Amino acid sequence: MYVAVKGGEAAIDNAHRLLAEVRRGDPAVPELTVAQIREQMRLLVDRVMTEGSLYDPDLAALALKQARGDVVEAVFLVRAYRTTLPRFGATEPVDTGAMTLARRISATFKDLPGGQVLGPTFDYTHRLVDFGLADAGSPDPAAEAEPEADAAACPRVTDLLGQAGLLEPSPPDEGAPVGDLTREPVDYPADRAVRLQGLARGDEGFLLALGYSTQRGYGRTHPFVGEIRVGAVELAFTPEELGFPVSLGTVALTECQMINQFHGHGAVPPQFTRGYGLVFGQGERKAMAMALVDRSLRAAELGEPVAVPAQDQEFVLAHCDSLQATGFVEHMKLPHYVDFQAELELVRRLRAEHAARAAAPAPASDESPLREAAE
Amino acid sequence: MNPPNPAVARATVTVSAGAGYNFAYLDEGTKRMIRRAILKAIAIPGYQVPFAAREMPMPYGWGTGGVQVTAAILGAADVLKVIDQGADDTTNAVSIRRFFTATAGIATTTRTAEATVIQTRHRIPEAPLAEGQVLVYQVPIPEPLRFLEPRETETRQLHALAEYGLMHVKLYEDIARHGHIATTYAYPVEVAGRYVMDPSPTPKFDNPKMDDCPALQLFGAGREKRIYAIPPYTRVRSLDFEDHPFRVQRFDRPCALCGAEDVYLDEVVLDDAGGRMFVCSDTDHCETRLGETRLAETRLADGHTGEAA
Amino acid sequence: MEPLLSVAGLTKRYGGRLACDGIGFTLDPGEVLAVVGESGSGKSTLLSLIAGEVAADAGSVAYRMRDGATRDLDTLSLVERRALMRTDWGFVRQDATQGLRMAVSAGGNVGERLMGVGDRHYGRIRATALDWLARVEIAADRIDDPPTRFSGGMRQRLQIARNLVTAPRLVLMDEPTSGLDVSVQARLLDMIRGLVAELGLAVIIVTHDLAVARLLSHRVLVMRAGRVIETGLTDQVLDDPQAAYTQLLVSSVLAA
Repeated sequence: MYVAVKGGEAAIDNAHRLLAEVRRGDPAVPELTVAQIREQMRLLVDRVMTEGSLYDPDLAALALKQARGDVVEAVFLVRAYRTTLPRFGATEPVDTGAMTLARRISATFKDLPGGQVLGPTFDYTHRLVDFGLADAGSPDPAAEAEPEADAAACPRVTDLLGQAGLLEPSPPDEGAPVGDLTREPVDYPADRAVRLQGLARGDEGFLLALGYSTQRGYGRTHPFVGEIRVGAVELAFTPEELGFPVSLGTVALTECQMINQFHGHGAVPPQFTRGYGLVFGQGERKAMAMALVDRSLRAAELGEPVAVPAQDQEFVLAHCDSLQATGFVEHMKLPHYVDFQAELELVRRLRAEHAARAAAPAPASDESPLREAAE
Repeated sequence: MNPPNPAVARATVTVSAGAGYNFAYLDEGTKRMIRRAILKAIAIPGYQVPFAAREMPMPYGWGTGGVQVTAAILGAADVLKVIDQGADDTTNAVSIRRFFTATAGIATTTRTAEATVIQTRHRIPEAPLAEGQVLVYQVPIPEPLRFLEPRETETRQLHALAEYGLMHVKLYEDIARHGHIATTYAYPVEVAGRYVMDPSPTPKFDNPKMDDCPALQLFGAGREKRIYAIPPYTRVRSLDFEDHPFRVQRFDRPCALCGAEDVYLDEVVLDDAGGRMFVCSDTDHCETRLGETRLAETRLADGHTGEAA
Repeated sequence: MEPLLSVAGLTKRYGGRLACDGIGFTLDPGEVLAVVGESGSGKSTLLSLIAGEVAADAGSVAYRMRDGATRDLDTLSLVERRALMRTDWGFVRQDATQGLRMAVSAGGNVGERLMGVGDRHYGRIRATALDWLARVEIAADRIDDPPTRFSGGMRQRLQIARNLVTAPRLVLMDEPTSGLDVSVQARLLDMIRGLVAELGLAVIIVTHDLAVARLLSHRVLVMRAGRVIETGLTDQVLDDPQAAYTQLLVSSVLAA
């Protein structure tokens, strides 16, 4: 005799205990510390902070440990934590022009005020597995840089071009409230600030593929890397009760300003337009992809046709979030047997009707001579 | 919707410092925002109200919309029932029930009649609901026109203008191809003579229960950030053609356990030789009926004993 | 007689270019007007402006509604405007994939407007669809096929049936025969001519093909660079063109 399955609660508890055990792995191997992850898996930590929309390296490292290294799961933990945090307000806009630079490169100028600063980069490394890394050891100390160039001597490339009127100016800050798609539902068409927020939180792989698609002809934007800069900027906040900004400390950022050819239209003369990317920590791939997609999403505003996925803001914003995507894809694991039963019943009925039609005598031949001929 | 007042959020932190989280997880500012959306939804039956869905500690697609609606309406005296596929013991139902036990400390039940709030995925309980009860549906895709028109800007206009011809084109295509309407779940309904609404992926068997229901029906879609509602005693009509009226599927047998007829059944595969049986999808309904039978049998047995003595 | 449609001063600028520059004309019930010109002359923009799909920079379009009152289309609410477009107006597109639902059967395509205005009887919708398919010479056994399985000429005929099913009084046609084989074109034109006469439709047909204009239209309007160069009765304009540009246009056709 069939008895309905019970014991879901116990099964869930057991599954979670097993998860904890598997997470730890072989107990003979020393356990990872959060500090180790934070220091030695830094790019991973940066990605979790960026897509998690929360600047907290220790929390991101802990989330990675808890998630067994699964990036999307770690982002999920950070986001779910973030949603419970009280919100005190918005900081002053950060001034990336005043960034303490760790790295700064431009592809549009051979040399420029402040120079090209390579910083820590995989670029130009030969991707040969370094078997020496399998053993513990300390690297040779890196060369000391000259004393930090002061920020004024290292202006943003976009500021240099902008002075000559060749590049569209940044839209002026009109003091309008900053949209926040984690606090308000997106209302299409979304303005650029909300789009940029969505892209910054968006999945790196998805944006990378979309940005790539624009380069391969699905909505070409003729991009140049005006500048990528990586470094620390100061974060300032103006508490209502004080009325003047106070420093909250510094955050590490990567900014990419993409410069795109534009032929002008109507009253607008030909000039270069911009795509913008900004992420926490060091994340050049994401920042560049974001800048490419940001520029593509400006198609409508610039009077260009909206024809490919990267130009379609409903398509991009509704699908770039890894949590929404993973939740809905993975929810297919949940039981659907009630709906499946309804479909099963329908298919059985359709099959029965089909069989009945096949078994019935052929209709009068003058109705469908072709069909009869075919039989 | 406005962002929650920071002062409220701060107060919440203080209140929740001991337990770790506020009552029913969400802070009071967020709950107020959700309640405003719910009120608007009740005022405009069937209309999808955008709301600022929060990121919840369970995945999108796993009931975050329903959980937020439930969290916003729960009071300390409420009794909560959670079902998935009609059953109280499916894993995700267990998980959501535990979430509220842990964060709100409220009483839970598996009995439909005892619950004040019922959160559901894919079913409406078989036992008639009563005034004062709230049925909260988890909704994956709230837009009934979505698979006919993917663009939000366009579907919102179609709703605003009540242009629902496209929906009937879909039903027309079903009949042309299959001889009858081949939509078996998430079957579109017209609410209070105005908005066409997706009832969430419940089998169309359950559609008639939504009509003129004494309970308040709330629908939450977290990922899509929409809330909609059917107030008590509202006319809910399943779309159809005059000459192809809406019909629900019928099972040609009763529940193999409790013998109930005219209920929705799960098909259970018993072995690999084609053996299967059909049992109530609504586990509480089945158990309640079995309990009544047992009770009756016990009474009967007692009676016999008495007579024999 | 009061005209069905009155267009006045219709102007549209794209950047520095004038796509339509102060276009004006009137159209009587049952009258067929051909708008001819080279590509880029602004004739398709004119059609989009009249249909309200593109916002004009200046000018007006007035239409005599079924109740006899003439209304400026700008003053219609969105609801009224969309209702007008799917009942009393039709729009046959050059690209059938823009004018049809390619994933929906032929019957569904024809029935959509009926369902849009509230018909809820499947049998009646299907009977009407069958009737219209017959009138545009599409075999009854193709009613459940989607237009993806139709030839170019069939798709255009299906588009016409889909538009005419609500008995509109005005139909806009944008190059309905371009891209089709000559023999297919001839058959389609013949059918359009028959339906227009039978139903007393008013039509504005945009075409670069003067032969189409001659066959279908009572009057023509010659456009160049966004302006009306010449207008008049079709035979008059084509047989005795006054403007130098029209003469060039006519002679190039004759030479071809």
